[in-house]
Amino acid sequence: MDIRPKIETQNLNFYYGTKQALRNISLACADRRVTAIIGPSGCGKSTFIRTLNRMNDVLLRTRTEGEIWLDGENINAPGIDVVELRKRVGMVFQKPNPFPKSIFDNVAYGLRINDGRNRFKIEEVVEKSLIEAALWDEVKDRLKENAFSLSGGQQQRLCIARALAVEPEVILFDEPCSAIDPTATAKIEDLIMKLKKDYTVVIVTHNMQQAARVSDFTAFMMLGDLIEFDKTETIFTNPANKLTEDYITGRFG
Amino acid sequence: MERQFDAELNALNEKLLHMARLAEESVALAVKSLKERNEALAQDVFKREGTINLLEIDIDELCMKLLALRQPVASDLRFITSAMKIGSELERVGDLGVNIAEVSLELLKQPALKPLIDIPRMASLAQSMVRDSLNAFVNRDEKLARSVCERDDDVDSLNDQVFRELLTYMMNDPSTINRSVGLILIGRHLERIADHATNIGEDVIYLVLGKTIKHHIEEIRREAAANAGIK
Repeated sequence: MDIRPKIETQNLNFYYGTKQALRNISLACADRRVTAIIGPSGCGKSTFIRTLNRMNDVLLRTRTEGEIWLDGENINAPGIDVVELRKRVGMVFQKPNPFPKSIFDNVAYGLRINDGRNRFKIEEVVEKSLIEAALWDEVKDRLKENAFSLSGGQQQRLCIARALAVEPEVILFDEPCSAIDPTATAKIEDLIMKLKKDYTVVIVTHNMQQAARVSDFTAFMMLGDLIEFDKTETIFTNPANKLTEDYITGRFG
Repeated sequence: MERQFDAELNALNEKLLHMARLAEESVALAVKSLKERNEALAQDVFKREGTINLLEIDIDELCMKLLALRQPVASDLRFITSAMKIGSELERVGDLGVNIAEVSLELLKQPALKPLIDIPRMASLAQSMVRDSLNAFVNRDEKLARSVCERDDDVDSLNDQVFRELLTYMMNDPSTINRSVGLILIGRHLERIADHATNIGEDVIYLVLGKTIKHHIEEIRREAAANAGIK
């Protein structure tokens, strides 16, 4: 890969108790590109992206070995501020999970808890984030309404806006479209392709066509191993590994 | 794991094989009609043409359907795109068979110019290339596909030989010009048939390896890179 890696793992192993979920994963996600992780259920793809902003820290009896570098800095080093890390590496989940607050307050939330910026500045960032998340036109006249009044697809874009508001560098998407309809999915995919202009995106998806459509690079994982990593185009036209071939052509999985 | 999709891909395989058999037969019958001075054999070629054309359209439609509904990737994708190309190549082979039969019917109205040796040799070489290219396709046999591509040179040199020989006939006796030109045309058609078989061989190599070898593309790309300054 000739593009600078933004976030990179080196011999990463991860354990839930005694069960090893990731085996020696060395993977570099290119700066301002979309990297997709695909693989059958239980292959470790969600576990993998959750290691990238230490979301697994909250789970008991888990253990991480190996290294994860964000701009060359080890994110598991002692003294790393996890809150600061998660500001730089944001995350959007499978099911839209807005707070039971107004649309405006959802996006403003991170700003208010991170630093007490003034009202004017917050309004500006909320608008900018909603525009970036392609939601502004649909909500600009109803910012005071509760976030739950939005449709599922709109809620998911609101969650993306909320993630963007704290100005992250990397955004992790964990199956962002599995709970929304095809039209809303198309909007989010379009958005992801636009986001890579400014952000590094890592997306876990069960939908192979989605990986093919939105990503520049694709990693295929199975049973905790990284089987193949290459340009998306190569993975979907001429994969090198038989297991990748069998998975993407639907022969198993 | 056997997929429902595999049954559809098999159906596509069958159609291509059927088409290849008809195309190969057309070439064989057309040349045989000339060699044995048998008009009925040439008529048999025309009967096959319609079926070949229908099969081409059938194959195209099936491929479009599979692309749209199955959204194939990897070897499935390469298989379907190769099948579309091979269908067009075979249709051309069928047309050239018809062209040979047409010339043959014209030539049968006149006395034979000479005993035919090189043209039947060219024909059997070209036919075997068509047959082997399809066998290579069905068995994903890259080696056989390469051997088809290599045999193209033999057909080309036979064609040159036919041309030179008939040229001497025409120079010696202008009354042979009409028949000589007919035979030269048939040589040319057979040479084109071998080219189509070669194209199929190249498609098979792409199907198996996922790599294009057409037009010595690696060399061309290197040269293009070297000449990048020149527009």
